[in-house]
Amino acid sequence: MSNILEVKNVVKQYGDYTALNEVSLTVPKGSIYGLLGPNGAGKTSLIRIINQITMPDSGEIILDGEKLNPNHVSTIGYMPEERGLYKTMKVGEQCLYLAQLKGLSKAEAKRELDYWFDRLEIQGWWNKKMQELSKGMAQKVQFVVTVLHKPKLLILDEPFSGFDPVNANLIKDEIIELNRKGTSVIFSTHRMESVEEMCDHIALIHKSNKLIEGKLSDVKKQFRTNEYEVGILTDNVEGLMYDLSQKFTLSQTDFKSLHDELKLQINIGTSTPNELLNLLIQRGQVTHFMEKIPSVNDIFIKTVSDK
Amino acid sequence: MSKLSLIIKREFVAKVRNKSFIVMTFLSPLLFVGIAVFVGYLSTMKADLKTIAVHDQSGKFFSEFKSDEEYKYVDFSTINLQVLKDSIVSEAYEGLLVIPNVSSNDSLQKSIQYISNDSPSVMFISDIEEVINHKLTQENFQKAGLDTLAIKKAKSDVSIHLTKATGEEALKGLNEIKIGIGGAFGYLIMMFIVIYGNMVMRSVIEEKVSRIIEVIISSVKPFQLMMGKIIGTSLAGILQFLIWAFLGLVAMFVLSTFFNVQMGATSGMEDQAIQMAKQEMGGTMQLYIKELWNLPIATILISFIFYFIGGYFLYSSFYASIGAAVDNETDSQQFLLPIIMPLILGVYIGFFTVINDPHGTVATVFSMIPLTSPIVMMMRIPFGVPLWQIALSLIILFATFFLVVWFASKIYRVGILMYGKKPTWKELYRWLKY
Repeated sequence: MSNILEVKNVVKQYGDYTALNEVSLTVPKGSIYGLLGPNGAGKTSLIRIINQITMPDSGEIILDGEKLNPNHVSTIGYMPEERGLYKTMKVGEQCLYLAQLKGLSKAEAKRELDYWFDRLEIQGWWNKKMQELSKGMAQKVQFVVTVLHKPKLLILDEPFSGFDPVNANLIKDEIIELNRKGTSVIFSTHRMESVEEMCDHIALIHKSNKLIEGKLSDVKKQFRTNEYEVGILTDNVEGLMYDLSQKFTLSQTDFKSLHDELKLQINIGTSTPNELLNLLIQRGQVTHFMEKIPSVNDIFIKTVSDK
Repeated sequence: MSKLSLIIKREFVAKVRNKSFIVMTFLSPLLFVGIAVFVGYLSTMKADLKTIAVHDQSGKFFSEFKSDEEYKYVDFSTINLQVLKDSIVSEAYEGLLVIPNVSSNDSLQKSIQYISNDSPSVMFISDIEEVINHKLTQENFQKAGLDTLAIKKAKSDVSIHLTKATGEEALKGLNEIKIGIGGAFGYLIMMFIVIYGNMVMRSVIEEKVSRIIEVIISSVKPFQLMMGKIIGTSLAGILQFLIWAFLGLVAMFVLSTFFNVQMGATSGMEDQAIQMAKQEMGGTMQLYIKELWNLPIATILISFIFYFIGGYFLYSSFYASIGAAVDNETDSQQFLLPIIMPLILGVYIGFFTVINDPHGTVATVFSMIPLTSPIVMMMRIPFGVPLWQIALSLIILFATFFLVVWFASKIYRVGILMYGKKPTWKELYRWLKY
């Protein structure tokens, strides 16, 4: 029961095209889970299956310990990548309608709406038609519609596209706040900086297959290159370079610093960082010592281009 | 509230609140009345008076032509024929009738000419021919030494009296009335299908274009959404018809009281004349009214409701799946044609086949085929259709509806999430297997 969602060997084919090939995922309860992948990888197909919009050809989905069934509609909040609401319908009525479709009573829906409209400071929009709102404003309404029924699992497809930086931040804070209160979140995105910032778990889907999955820190460990960035002030540059090159692989690098020091990128291979550090300390003043941790972006590009 | 009823309610409210719905509901009866009045006015307008120059060298025929409001015949027999021909070009008169002076009637028949710039109407020419024929025939009779008066007396004028096998007196023109009633119901069904089916389709396209569809079908099943849409839209349509019926009744009430007052105001001589006419017509009119009451009115109305629902549901599931398959209304044309065809076919069969042979093979078969049965059967029912035929036709109609709705919902389910491509028939077939 510690997983909000388990996807087991899901296969989905459209005619001859395989959109998902034996994909399995495990989303722990309370996590912010980044679902990554280039365009056409199968992310949207998977998300639609989780939302019961389409059915998998084979495989199984377990949501909060139960096999996925129509009652789960009310436990999931889904914001599709292609946003849209009824253009000619009034904001308030539209939100009430969509909330009721999610299983809320009218009174509950009204109460929740008041809370969210208040929180996002959009109270005055109740009687406006959607077509009178700007794109950013419409996005806010869309977000409210997604979270209104207090879903246990939020699935957000490219949640920040279309928001200006201020509103994107606002929505990000709301997502983090919901997560803090126990909502699990699945992000589908190509925006790696938001993944880096918010996600604790990631999975990477490429060409219908899952390539990587796990805790973000574990994935990063798996992709560490044992490269270290080093800055050192020394009189004997050549001697140091020679000694280092006996044990490690060296390459040039550059980073911002205050001194005119020797800057190196060193692959320590199987040695420990301390061995490198010991060597350096004896030779001069160490100004900079940092492991080059792969960014999600690096991992993404490396994995996708390897295949 | 269940999800289906939520959807129905939303669709209904969205349709009814739409400005074009309100405008259509109240404007189209006005438009209808306006057109009727306009056509009526046009028909009372007198046509332009046309002058026909007659160059009658024989001198026998001119007196036979009677000028009326439309045609004025002028005797130009004394004027030179060439001058007359030239002045046609200057349009001093509409046309020139040239009757040469030929002794033998046989050769005269072939030498009469009508000269004009604009080609004359068929009616006009046959009128002239009749006048000349009549005169020539009279002359031929006289030449043969026959008594024209005796011939006139000897001519008979048969009017066949219609009686049904049951012994009731039948009435001429009743078939026309029956097809009129059946046709009105059938036509109403067709109009409703076309107008509201299109509305269903537009509403599906709107959801697709505004991209709300994915939000909605993450909450409800596509089938629920489709049915909700069809039912909600039909309710809006029924409301519109009810408003029209109500407005019609009010208009009739207003008109009848208005005319009654006028009738009361006219008195004396005219009143007596009306009384006379009424007594004369009364017998026949009563028969007609009796016949009308003998029509299976209950069957007509009950079948109308069933055929209306069945036909509308069947066709609007087609419309819904077309809406799901395309991205905009322009692309829908290629799929709409095969849907409109059976509807039009139904109306044609109704007006051409049913009226001549209401229980013939063609009419019976097409009143069983579900795509045409709502229209054709409605037109047949006033002529008296065995109950088992109606039942069978309805069973086929509803069975087809369930089958079609199953296919339609499959296309709908796949189509609403497809963007960009203009689908082909082949592709729609593939979607059925997804």
